[in-house]
Amino acid sequence: MFMVSKLLTIACLTICLSPSYAEESFQPLGNAADEQSRASQWNLSISPTGKGLPQGQGTAAQGAKLFAIQCAGCHGPEGIGASAEPLMGEVGSLSSKYPEKTVNSYWPYATTLFDYIRRAMPINAPFSLSADEVYALCAYILSKDGIVSPETVLNEHSLPQIKMPNRDGFIAIHPDNR
Amino acid sequence: MASKLSEGRRQFLHKAGLGGALTGLASSISLPVWASEEKLDLPDALPEWMKVPGGEFANYGQPSKHEQQVIRWISANSAAPGNGVSWTPLHDLQGTITPNGLHYERHHNGVPQIDPSQHLLLIDGLVEQALSFDIKSLLRYPMQSRTCFIECGGNSNSGWRTNPIQTQAGYAHGLVSNAEWTGIPVKLLLQEAGIKPDAKWVIAEGADAAALNISIPLEKLLDDALLALYQNGERLRPENGYPLRLVLPGWEGILNVKWLRQLRLADEPLMSRDETAQYTELQPDGKARQFTFMMEAKSLITSPSLGMMLPDNPGIYQISGLAWSGRGKITRVEISADGGDTWVDAELQMPILAKAFTRFNLPWHWQGDYAILQSRATDETGYVQPTREALVENRGKHGFFHYNAIVSWEITEEGDINHVYGF
Repeated sequence: MFMVSKLLTIACLTICLSPSYAEESFQPLGNAADEQSRASQWNLSISPTGKGLPQGQGTAAQGAKLFAIQCAGCHGPEGIGASAEPLMGEVGSLSSKYPEKTVNSYWPYATTLFDYIRRAMPINAPFSLSADEVYALCAYILSKDGIVSPETVLNEHSLPQIKMPNRDGFIAIHPDNR
Repeated sequence: MASKLSEGRRQFLHKAGLGGALTGLASSISLPVWASEEKLDLPDALPEWMKVPGGEFANYGQPSKHEQQVIRWISANSAAPGNGVSWTPLHDLQGTITPNGLHYERHHNGVPQIDPSQHLLLIDGLVEQALSFDIKSLLRYPMQSRTCFIECGGNSNSGWRTNPIQTQAGYAHGLVSNAEWTGIPVKLLLQEAGIKPDAKWVIAEGADAAALNISIPLEKLLDDALLALYQNGERLRPENGYPLRLVLPGWEGILNVKWLRQLRLADEPLMSRDETAQYTELQPDGKARQFTFMMEAKSLITSPSLGMMLPDNPGIYQISGLAWSGRGKITRVEISADGGDTWVDAELQMPILAKAFTRFNLPWHWQGDYAILQSRATDETGYVQPTREALVENRGKHGFFHYNAIVSWEITEEGDINHVYGF
């Protein structure tokens, strides 16, 4: 008799509790964030189409001055051969015996340069450069290998138009995993 | 070198040829100390730590002071000390779980000290409703635990060099660690936001001083990805993404974004710096492999390995190591002592978990001859870990990332261990 009543109790508990387990496994706790989603601090990523680029402009001449102050310390005065990654030169070297992966020889999109400088450079003070300064640095780096002419004004419209020398140099492995 | 090996080719691997060895030893052993008639002065015979009370309790325990040499080895840019790596000392560890203080690190601009009360995760882009989550809320979601390895795409990259690097096993191959991660299946939160049909990629962004951003195929996040809050039972360490990170079992470390602040659903990948300039593999024809997410099968003998030596000649040694594959379970690890001419199956320690470290063991009766020790892993898809020659033949030497070739340890007649190529 004791066993039967115990079993009944268990059965009752199961019945009472099971609907609350079955219908909802968790309470959705996300807060609507449309306003945040539009705010600039949540829109740091810049796509190859230029989506996400802020308004602004800069030239190679302006960039050269900034480069000497902000970048040359780690990247070297010529943007290659120092402690930080090489930026300029070596275009066309990728299939040679001594390939060098610089921004100008290897990176497929100029928009990536803006995206990365703004979020990560200079390494001791990310987000310290203005949009105009980042455009100017992009113009200077790209002009060193003739990817843009020295007079080019880079802005949110012209930057995505640039075709990098190695645009077609990548083979997507995912999803085929060859 | 080849002639040295042929002399030693007779040597064999076997499962504990203990019987013969012990019989030989027994006759030469003298009587044990406890059989002595001498009267013991008990206090003098006992060690100090048995005669005085021990140390105090600790709020958070630390390893023995006698193990202080077991450390991550830091290799960072002197001009930017927050940009670099630290290597897990795989050669000093056993079992399969990496202690949290020894999990490998790759930071692009230091370890952020994030106040969890000020940290938000935003899910937006191609969703029905952009949502933000604070950490307190996330801690209320149902969680799962997953033991898996995380391996940097650049692990073992010294293998591409022309000369074999003479560095301890973990300090050449230890940009991989294995932990039990606990967190929320990412798909729960994506589904709460509502995934739009044209969403194919997710741009993940971290809250460090590199604001690291990278594109991840949506299907991986809907498969087995976790939004991890715990590592081996405790909250994440700052250097491993506190207060939350992505864990993508089997996929390249860079995608397991630490300090996660945003998941933006998109129809195309972003082409961020870390999926174009880095973590792509330049091939001899000048083209580069991109989106190489899968970490292929790999194994490594962690003991005996470079930096150790074999004290007894001849002697019996326990060959032990780790194998792992991003595609699933390890099904076989073979050991060779003759540079790959003959192979013997090692014993795989249970449990064997998919996309996690598997420990392998094999007793080895070293006869004192010159030897080349190697391990070769096979996973459940039938993929076999390649030789260095095959890998270089296929990929050239300038890919930098995804080096998973067989590692060869040379055992000299003196019992010294070196790293060698050519086997």
